[in-house]
Amino acid sequence: MGTTVLYAFISVAALGGVLGLGLAIASRILAVKKDERVAEVEEALPGLNCGACGYAGCASYAEAIVKEDAPLDLCGPGGADALKTIADIMGKTVDTTSEKMVAQVHCRGNAATSAYAFDYEGIEDCNALHIFYEGNKVCKFGCLGLGSCMKVCPTDAIYYDDEGLVTVDRDLCISCRKCVDICPTGVMKMIPYSADYIVACNSTDKAAVTRKYCKVGCIGCKICEKKSPEGGFTVENNLARIDFSKTGSRKEAAEACPAKCIIPLVPVEEKAVVEAKS
Amino acid sequence: MTYIGIIIMFVFVNNFILSQFLGLCPFIGVSKNVDSAIGMGFAVTFVMSIAALTTWAIYNFILAPLDITFLQTITFILVIATLVQLVEMVIQKTSPPLYKSLGIYLPLITTNCAVLGIALIAVRSEYSALESFVAGIAAGLGFLLAIVLMSTIRERMDREWVPKPLRGTPIAFITGGLMALAFMAFDKALLNNLVG
Repeated sequence: MGTTVLYAFISVAALGGVLGLGLAIASRILAVKKDERVAEVEEALPGLNCGACGYAGCASYAEAIVKEDAPLDLCGPGGADALKTIADIMGKTVDTTSEKMVAQVHCRGNAATSAYAFDYEGIEDCNALHIFYEGNKVCKFGCLGLGSCMKVCPTDAIYYDDEGLVTVDRDLCISCRKCVDICPTGVMKMIPYSADYIVACNSTDKAAVTRKYCKVGCIGCKICEKKSPEGGFTVENNLARIDFSKTGSRKEAAEACPAKCIIPLVPVEEKAVVEAKS
Repeated sequence: MTYIGIIIMFVFVNNFILSQFLGLCPFIGVSKNVDSAIGMGFAVTFVMSIAALTTWAIYNFILAPLDITFLQTITFILVIATLVQLVEMVIQKTSPPLYKSLGIYLPLITTNCAVLGIALIAVRSEYSALESFVAGIAAGLGFLLAIVLMSTIRERMDREWVPKPLRGTPIAFITGGLMALAFMAFDKALLNNLVG
């Protein structure tokens, strides 16, 4: 018994030692010279491997930046800080003033406000539901509410709010766009981080049609264009859109909106204050 | 058993992927295009044949004489891990494009149960050194066959409409299951008819 244990110990130790030594020698002989900047750029990237840049992960994006001259500003999660660091490493100058984009659901239709065509009892997945007649809502543009975006979100930034509606926490959002890609109806859209109001509707149906199936759907009445001329509102295809480069007040439009689908997002400063108080 | 019998057995009858379901990770992960599937297939073949030979040597010269054969799993893993590291270094040095297309799956050969599987099966079947080596090559070729077939199917499937929830890995697994059904045609009776 004692000798068996001894043999086992010695043989495994010897084997491990010999193989380890062999690998150490081989790594010297077969060493590949690496560009030091690749490691530095990789260090500057967030390391989430979310794939938002279009490369397989942070390591391959770092390599693409150094070796293939890939654009420096593809990393959403890294934001301005990472961009600046990478630009310093690569000796390039970049515009770091562009704003962080975050995802947001552009729909407020739940059981209380929207009409449903049928009951769905299948698997909890928006894409599975979407196969059946493009979803169980009469509206084919709205949020299906089964939370496929929540499952794919790497930072758990998406949640059901008090009214059971899917909402994105913009402070947790890293702008990886995975939710935008997985959403079958396209109701998840990117907006600037500082956006104060959004048009929470995605329906391009005509007013009479929209009004029949949804109480909070945009009917394209253009009242927002008139009430807040500096707010950047434009109605196209029966749906109001906001041009966020315009900075005029949007409050009047939101108050006058007959469907109440122009909704305020908690302003960035106020949100900070609320959090500080609590 | 003849060498031809061993080859036919490991390539077709006991195909590691399609009848024993070992090593499915690279089978699904690297079968998106034919080029990298072939590269992966040969890398696995190389690792499997060398692993079968070295583990045979370890088993018969170290473990069996010292009567510590219960250590076979841990020592085999040690040897396989080292081999894969070595193969990785060699590929990185000699063929950077292949290294890049294999990506994360190359280190994953370390934990590929097909490689450990061939080492353990060869020992259990009491093969000689050469038989172990041939079995390793044959099992690797079986893997190569399966992954190349799979990659050609997947390349064609890319152009077809697949229901959204099934796109990517799910449909690949279903395809693999259907291929496994087809491989059930190769059974022991066929082997006995061919090589007696």
